[in-house]
Amino acid sequence: MAAFRSNIFMLAFFLCGFSVFVTGDFQEELVIKPLHSGDIYASFQFRTQWDTDFLLGISHYRLFPKSLGQVISKFSVRELHISFTQGYWRTMQWGQPFLPSPPGAELWVWFQDTVTDVDLAWKELTNVLSGIFCASLNFIDSTNTVQPSASFKPLGVGNVTDQRFLRYAVLPREIVCTENLTPWKKLLPCGSKAGLAVLMKSEKLFHSSFHSQALHIRPVCKDWQCKSTSWELRQTLNVVFDLHTSGQGKREWSLFKMFSRTLTEACPLASSSKVYVDITDNPQGELFELSPATPLVSQAVVLGDGRTYSVYDLTDHATFGQTHSLNVLLRWRAAEREMLRPLLHGERYVAGYGLQTGEIHTLVYNNHPYRAFPVLLLDTVPWYLRLYIHTLTVTSKGRDNKPSYIHYQPSKDRLQPHLLEMLIQLPPNSVTEVTVQFERALLKWTEYTPDPNHGFYVGSSVISALVPSVVAMDTNNTQERPLFSSFFPCKEESTYFMRIYTEPLLVNLPTPDFSMPYNVICLTCTVVAVGYGSLYNLLTRTFQVEEPSQGLAKRLANIIRRLRGVPLLT
Amino acid sequence: MKLKIVFKLRYLWMFFRHRGRLAALAIAAVVIAVGVPLWWKTTETYRAWLPVAQINELAQLQLQLSVEVEVVFSKGTLTAEHQKKIPPSNTRQEEHVVDETTRLRYRYETRYRTATIMEEDALNQSTAAEADISLHMLSESPSGSVVIYVVPESSTVLPEGVSVYVGQRRTALLRAGGQMRVAVALKEVLASLETWIKQVLQVMSFSHGDITAALSDRVRPGDRSREGLADSMRAFKSSPGYEITFSLLNPDPTSHLLHWDVEAAISSYIQPLLSKMAPVANFSIDSQILYYAVLGVNPRYDPTLNAYTLNADSLSHVINPVEARLGSSAASSNPVLNFLLYVPDSRHSPLHITDHRRHTVPSNAFSSPRWGGIMVYNVNASGTELPVDVHIDMRRVMGVFLPQLRLMLGVQSAAPPPGFLIGPCGNAGLADWELDRLMWTRSVENVATATTTITSLAQLLDQIGNIVINDNIAEQVSSAVASLQLAVGQLEVGNLGLAMQYSKEAILQSERAFFDPSLLHLLYFPDDQKFAIYIPLFLPMCVPILLSLLKMASEVRQRPGQGQAKKD
Repeated sequence: MAAFRSNIFMLAFFLCGFSVFVTGDFQEELVIKPLHSGDIYASFQFRTQWDTDFLLGISHYRLFPKSLGQVISKFSVRELHISFTQGYWRTMQWGQPFLPSPPGAELWVWFQDTVTDVDLAWKELTNVLSGIFCASLNFIDSTNTVQPSASFKPLGVGNVTDQRFLRYAVLPREIVCTENLTPWKKLLPCGSKAGLAVLMKSEKLFHSSFHSQALHIRPVCKDWQCKSTSWELRQTLNVVFDLHTSGQGKREWSLFKMFSRTLTEACPLASSSKVYVDITDNPQGELFELSPATPLVSQAVVLGDGRTYSVYDLTDHATFGQTHSLNVLLRWRAAEREMLRPLLHGERYVAGYGLQTGEIHTLVYNNHPYRAFPVLLLDTVPWYLRLYIHTLTVTSKGRDNKPSYIHYQPSKDRLQPHLLEMLIQLPPNSVTEVTVQFERALLKWTEYTPDPNHGFYVGSSVISALVPSVVAMDTNNTQERPLFSSFFPCKEESTYFMRIYTEPLLVNLPTPDFSMPYNVICLTCTVVAVGYGSLYNLLTRTFQVEEPSQGLAKRLANIIRRLRGVPLLT
Repeated sequence: MKLKIVFKLRYLWMFFRHRGRLAALAIAAVVIAVGVPLWWKTTETYRAWLPVAQINELAQLQLQLSVEVEVVFSKGTLTAEHQKKIPPSNTRQEEHVVDETTRLRYRYETRYRTATIMEEDALNQSTAAEADISLHMLSESPSGSVVIYVVPESSTVLPEGVSVYVGQRRTALLRAGGQMRVAVALKEVLASLETWIKQVLQVMSFSHGDITAALSDRVRPGDRSREGLADSMRAFKSSPGYEITFSLLNPDPTSHLLHWDVEAAISSYIQPLLSKMAPVANFSIDSQILYYAVLGVNPRYDPTLNAYTLNADSLSHVINPVEARLGSSAASSNPVLNFLLYVPDSRHSPLHITDHRRHTVPSNAFSSPRWGGIMVYNVNASGTELPVDVHIDMRRVMGVFLPQLRLMLGVQSAAPPPGFLIGPCGNAGLADWELDRLMWTRSVENVATATTTITSLAQLLDQIGNIVINDNIAEQVSSAVASLQLAVGQLEVGNLGLAMQYSKEAILQSERAFFDPSLLHLLYFPDDQKFAIYIPLFLPMCVPILLSLLKMASEVRQRPGQGQAKKD
């Protein structure tokens, strides 16, 4: 059978003829966005595309990493999205990221509809991925895995939307560090030896306010007609460098200051290698100065807004100039500006006191002046917070706001978490508050983490929405668009898809004193032993009336009498 | 009446006198009869039943390997008189004691017959290779068996000076010796044949050395030669599956754009060998191209050769930095065979591998035992515009990797004894008898590995009482033992294919049982913690009981003395 398959593969290979060498494509780009707070946002995207079918036995990898290809073919994965994030994205200060991600590790996978035992495949897949990325993804089990019904639709082509084949899990506690970055870099065709990836020096990347690395695998259209599909691997890395810690308070940024490296060449395998700098708010250079100047300017519609970018094309030798290196320098002229008001924004916190009950508050802001739009809110809460779902209230502008769709899956102790999905209509210019009360469960003493007094994390809520766009969105998904603007598929001109994550929660559970079990053993044993001892004595001792003993005077008298040889007193 | 009352009172009095003693005894009895079993039952670890007797039986391994040999006499090798008297069959046995727990017995069942007319025709072909092919068209012999055709001394089928021709399949042609004509008794004829047949069998099925090498898991390599040890170390250990990865290392993609047609090369060179070896193991193949992958050693420039050289001494440092890039197989836990094709960058080109005497190695390749092979492929990048398109000659590459792969998989190509001619091995790159040879050693090796795994697991479980043995482990152990017994039985019968299959199953099941994570749950449960928990309860409860029992015992011992004192 394998031989037969390989023959077919060979046949296909010969029919394709010369096109076989162009079936893979690799692109890389870096977007630099100066933020109003004085911080700077750098977003790397690498896209590897491959026209192949992983489900055919033998695989010959050129640009696509072999380890991921094996994972896709072994577990029949249709889509895989994984992200590792350190720090929380501050929407109020920084606006929207190109690719949102929650703090910690997030993994969601769509399996092919041929998979029979999805849970088993998911379990093995998380173990393999934790090996590939040196992360604790093996802690994903049934207690933190859910199957959302609406929030996580496939992002690639295909029409399977049966949620049985979807698994979603978040590990909010996961700490991201260099050991996760190194395997991530190894998946790039050029590694960190050439191209944009030379900038990824871990000591700089992790000395930042926000660091997020992600990897997305999905099937995409090969051409605009979408007759055939190819696999796309997108690797993204987003960093926000802080004005004060990384920038020493000077409002001046350069590649060297951010990454302590400069660019000298494009990755020779990349068909496109570009650096974009966002200059939308700076048409005449009144806000900041950009050097070296570049004649290339590109327009793109990103997150519902038309933006303008200066472009440095690394495949062009002229970009590097006389010094053979490119060090983009950005010097601010204007002072700090007012905060942004993002259209959609979410917050979450825990209210209440004591260690028995509490209340989760989720606030969703619609800052659009006149448009109402619906959002999908997804909440996964671990089983040890027992939600009282009858206390669920949704209020906007002081009035009850009835969700038009609620999907609730109750938890099972030690088996499955709560899943709450709601479709809520947000009135214009409003704050919608979702509250639900919960009771804290008492865990078994082996179920506590090694530092239980730190608290227990509850993953971020996910808010997905189609937000009204300011400008017309680009609906044809051609390959020519820059990578950062082409991730979420866009079906309508008037709206764009957006996903935001709220803060994760840290909840204290009633925590026992952990020497308690031994103390209890000792105490009960002592009590039992005392009771038993007196009972035993009562049962086994016989009591006899004892004659009163002689008085002291009599005994002394007898001693004297014995010495004198006189008969003793009795 | 009065007497009765007196007796009753006396009993009552005695009862009251001994009441304390009886109560202590009763409590001790309750503790022993109820408390101890209760404690035992509630703190017991679950241990399912294991077939210990059968495992112990397997620890004493007695393997019998049976080979069926068919000797066919062609016209002119036996006189008419001998033909009538020829015995139908003959059995020869060899016994070897490898060590105190392992014994081997080889059993050769030889059947004699004369050639049919069709076979005679086939033997009259002009060359041995043709004769071999046409003989094979006539009949198919089962795996593990050997057919030897005895041809007359004057036959022209065999080239001059060659006594034995070993074909592609399981047949050999043997030239009848000179003394055969002269010899009168049939016995002598057969005896003189026997020495040749022995040699043929050593080449075509197995030799004692191979089998003891395969038993290396059970037997200490005491007096085995270093050469043989090195040989057996080169091949991978027997495993039910292998992953084969071909990697093209391109350290400088700015100057070389490499194209290799690895799909076609694998399907025409590697796949036939692997499909032939399908009964031995499952294989999966993939390939990858790694960019900016460099060797761990800087090559040295040699002005006499006008080239860069890598000495054999430094080769051991080459692999490690590359291996970090290769990526382990994520999808399975089978051993990985790596074959690396390294195209040196233009600054270090051409690059040659030199041996210990500083001569360049013609193949420009080397292999690392139980790991894989590396080949250096030099490219003449004439200084036109960069990058230069390079199409790699896969025929040359596979010509190096295929023999390395054969070595790694344990196909031995030992030099044949004098007088032997080995036929070409055909399209698959592997003759049937070579496969048989491999299957003999592999199935013996599998049996040896599985028995050691199972016996050591049984020992471990026996020694550490804390380990929980779940039902599924017991089941796996039982089925491994059953498969092992089947494999040993099939080897005894000479059914090589089935023996291989059962031995593979045995190895899989025994490993699964051995590495089952549930065995580790209660492994660490130290005694001091147990005492810490038991002492607060048991010490205050047991001390009064023990003390009162001791007191009673001392009273009982003193009573005879008292009785005597009273008599006095």
